[in-house]
Amino acid sequence: MMGIAKRQFDAVVVGAGGSGLRAALQLSEANLKVAVLSKVFPTRSHTVAAQGGVSASLGNEEPDNWHWHMYDTVKGSDYLGDQDAIEYMCRKAPEVVVELEHYGMPFDRLDNGKIYQRPFGGHTSNYGERAVKRACAAADRTGHAMLHTLYQRNVRAHTQFFVEWMALDLIRNSQGDVLGVIALEMETGEVMMFQAKSTLLATGGAGRIYSASTNAFINTGDGLGMAARAGIPLEDMEFWQFHPTGVAGAGVLITEGVRGEGGFLLNKNGERFMERYAPTVKDLASRDVVSRAMATEIKEGRGAGKDGEFILLKLDHLGADVIDKRLPGIREIAKKFANVDPVKDPIPVVPTCHYQMGGIPTNVQGQVLAANALGKEVIVKGLYAAGECACVSVHGANRLGTNSLLDLLVFGKSAGEQVVKDIAADVASLPDLPSDYADKTMARLARLDSSKDGESVNEVGSEMRRTMQLHCGVFRFPDGLADGVEKMLKVGERVKSTFIKDKSKVFNTARIEAIELDNLVEVAMATMISAHARTESRGAHDRSDHPDRDDVNWMKHTLWFKENNRLEYKPVQLKPMTVESFEPKARVY
Amino acid sequence: MRFEIYRFNPDVDSKPRMQSYDVEMEPTDRMLLDGLMRLKVQDDTFSFRRSCREGVCGSDAMNINGKNGLACITKLADLKEPVVIRPLPGLPVIRDLIVDMSQFFKQYHSIKPYVTNDTPAPEMERLQSPEDREELNGLYECILCACCTTSCPSFWWNPDKFVGPAGLLQAYRFIADTRDLATNERLDNLEDPYRLFRCHSIMNCVDVCPKNLNPTKAIGKIKDLLVKRAV
Repeated sequence: MMGIAKRQFDAVVVGAGGSGLRAALQLSEANLKVAVLSKVFPTRSHTVAAQGGVSASLGNEEPDNWHWHMYDTVKGSDYLGDQDAIEYMCRKAPEVVVELEHYGMPFDRLDNGKIYQRPFGGHTSNYGERAVKRACAAADRTGHAMLHTLYQRNVRAHTQFFVEWMALDLIRNSQGDVLGVIALEMETGEVMMFQAKSTLLATGGAGRIYSASTNAFINTGDGLGMAARAGIPLEDMEFWQFHPTGVAGAGVLITEGVRGEGGFLLNKNGERFMERYAPTVKDLASRDVVSRAMATEIKEGRGAGKDGEFILLKLDHLGADVIDKRLPGIREIAKKFANVDPVKDPIPVVPTCHYQMGGIPTNVQGQVLAANALGKEVIVKGLYAAGECACVSVHGANRLGTNSLLDLLVFGKSAGEQVVKDIAADVASLPDLPSDYADKTMARLARLDSSKDGESVNEVGSEMRRTMQLHCGVFRFPDGLADGVEKMLKVGERVKSTFIKDKSKVFNTARIEAIELDNLVEVAMATMISAHARTESRGAHDRSDHPDRDDVNWMKHTLWFKENNRLEYKPVQLKPMTVESFEPKARVY
Repeated sequence: MRFEIYRFNPDVDSKPRMQSYDVEMEPTDRMLLDGLMRLKVQDDTFSFRRSCREGVCGSDAMNINGKNGLACITKLADLKEPVVIRPLPGLPVIRDLIVDMSQFFKQYHSIKPYVTNDTPAPEMERLQSPEDREELNGLYECILCACCTTSCPSFWWNPDKFVGPAGLLQAYRFIADTRDLATNERLDNLEDPYRLFRCHSIMNCVDVCPKNLNPTKAIGKIKDLLVKRAV
């Protein structure tokens, strides 16, 4: 195999969304030699689309504290979240949000000049008593404001970006240490080895495995695909969040902040049905609960629309002033994608795939965990992950709204800190690359470049998306999952012979989409196999044949390995760092 | 639906050409981006950037029937056929609709796009009144799509010297932020015959901004501040 160009860095960060940028900042400010690779210009990363807020128990308008936030997150996770990690995140929240404000984040303000906070689903005061204002917001553009602020701070710190470079594969040596990534420059088609002491994956989620998704087209699970191919397991991939309010037909997100500001859901009879499903917090219950309630209403014939296919989100009673001040982006989206002006009419919405709770297993310092030859969980030297691609696990079986932006800040920072520490401690020079390190990646590219016919990327992708949508949605059925596994195994074969007509070196987006599909299929496979095996209902995973949570047999995390679709399990960490455990109990909102 | 698309691939083309396509649309196709994606299924060599498909990431800016805009929030029903699609004007074309945005980002970076405040950070947030925060509305929402800057004749003539509407809008975003203490340096940085004063209020920027922002107004405010500072 011919040699490829190499460059050496202290650290390589793959992905420039919220967690990648937060981590990169830590590294640049420590004066390390850092390369941040991103397949899009940083401010185009999907963090930009987050709307409603970032959670922190600042208590700016009413009493709040991290214990309540922690309780809500544990309960929201349906007790699958690791309580040590959840404690860590909730305690750190005020610090990282205030830090972001110091970086220039344009948060909305209260009259006393402090950060504006709004209520959000599943966030309560005094351990579930009533909804609490915990979501720190910049109108309904919190993700946009945050991503731009973090990018701006990185400009100030002179972070070195490699824009429109797509990482292809992780490189490990025979000891399993990660030595860097091979990446493709999209503009030229050139391939280069980024050798580094530390490689941090911050590649986001893979919400594009489903047909109906709130996610951007770039959310193709590239880091997960890379990890899976490198023998690293994926954790809890059966847990996908279906956001209650995607615009019907279009999939575009309508923030939960609409309900936080006082909007609510109606069925075709004009009934505020969430009162039946969650008597205390109603429309502000956890997302899995609300999505299931909506899907039930639709299934039982109480959906609105010609075919009873959607639910109505009413907010006109908030008045044009509140809508224009707090939810201006939503008004724009509703007009453009649903042809309604929410100042007058309700928005048609349906539960839509939104967020991946699972991911690459890490500890709270972002260090990636995998099994060694003896099956014992060990830290993978040189590899870190943060953000949606990682599974710490703080979200367990269901994430609370606004905890995703918090996750990016907290674990982007902690992973960055750990990298700085590890590089300082490691005075050895970069380890040698194995002689055949690039072979598999180059063979994958060569196949696409030379093939004369084969499967259409679009058709294989459509089959995967249809299969996931049909067999692994809000409600899951044993036969459907079994069929889904069969279908995904076939998709897994077909994706090996995808064909593209475009053979150009220059900005070949057909080639990028083919490579992205490889990654998506790894994630979809992990999801279907893990979901089929988990015979209980917990959080976002709802099985008709096992309608209840089974804490005796299933209080454990799934680990999926690409090799032979093998599954292993590890226990949930029920012991927090410093406080008492929250014992599992029935989840009522 | 009929499209006329600007095509250029330096690997195979000696010069750009326009290519016609007829694309069968589905009733669910709402936006121009839906049409372009169908077209790409027909011909995978057609290249363009896209990501969020809801008008917040700024990837799919292009020239649509003669006017800059985002494909993902341009309704197909509003477009006259054939729909003529070209890359953003005034920037070098890499391939098809993909332009080299280096010059655009260089100008953005030149205004030091970050809050500068070297006073010791307080333990909690820096306070800002709702009224002071409101000054940032219409400024911070910019998505850096470059629709405005690449519709500006002053930028076409002097892309290396004139900051352009997007960069200047952001310059004012930081001047307007009560937490930023570098207003004087920011004004110094712009007090130049080209960087700021090449804006002649043609207002193409206002006309095309997909987020309905008003760079001309922000530029006017910077000019006012310079005048005020001089007296």
